[in-house]
Amino acid sequence: MLGKLDRELAFVQNALDLRARRQELLAANIANADTPNYKARDIDFQSALRSAMGAAGGPLALSRTAAGHIDKSAGSVGGLAEAKYRTVLQPSLDGNTVDTDIERGHFAENAIHYQFLLERARGTFRTISSALESR
Amino acid sequence: MSMLNVFQIAASALTAQSMRLNAVASNLANVDSAHSSTGEGYKAKQVVFEAVPVAVGAGYAQGVRVKEVVEDKAPARQVYDPTHPLADAKGYVSYPNVDAVEEMVNMISASRSYQTNAEMMSTAKELTQRTLALLQS
Repeated sequence: MLGKLDRELAFVQNALDLRARRQELLAANIANADTPNYKARDIDFQSALRSAMGAAGGPLALSRTAAGHIDKSAGSVGGLAEAKYRTVLQPSLDGNTVDTDIERGHFAENAIHYQFLLERARGTFRTISSALESR
Repeated sequence: MSMLNVFQIAASALTAQSMRLNAVASNLANVDSAHSSTGEGYKAKQVVFEAVPVAVGAGYAQGVRVKEVVEDKAPARQVYDPTHPLADAKGYVSYPNVDAVEEMVNMISASRSYQTNAEMMSTAKELTQRTLALLQS
């Protein structure tokens, strides 16, 4: 029972962490909407979460048994998610690739996902405490 | 917790945009301050933004700051007005090289950006509060 809940919590924790990182990245894009030569970036949430879950001990996780083994998260920032550059839809003269409307949309969407994950975590906590309380 | 970096990023943008608004206000305020063609008059000022990484360990997310304030190199606006006390020998008065229309556009853009970043901050605040409330349930 607790093992399952543990896995559920690990998932929620990883997803929340990634959502927070993405939120940060989108915030940086919006903040730099007027910065010359700034390139908008984002993470591919799905693949980032998959690799994060793999790192947390999924069925196909690669383990590093010697220091010489190459860390599979090498190259990705923070070992979690690699920020990729956005494809430009409307290039601007100053080399900036931020489309504020798109970024705001992603920002709002990401915030809702974050809140959903929080609710899920709360549900898991509630399940644990009700399991502990009932005798 | 990385959500706190959103505050830092949004705050840096608010500061930068308000400096831009300041420059616009200063330019617009001086649009009619005439000066003699020999003396140094007011020059339009523009701010240049630059991306800067936020706190150490935050990784790739970047805030923004004002890199420099540049003065517009354009020549002063010459207006023929021989009765003006600052008119030169040919009857021309120099006015700052401020383009009022350009400044208005700049002002709208800066204030919209400011609003967006303020909204972003309030979203981050709400998310942080909800995260903290998780511990109370």
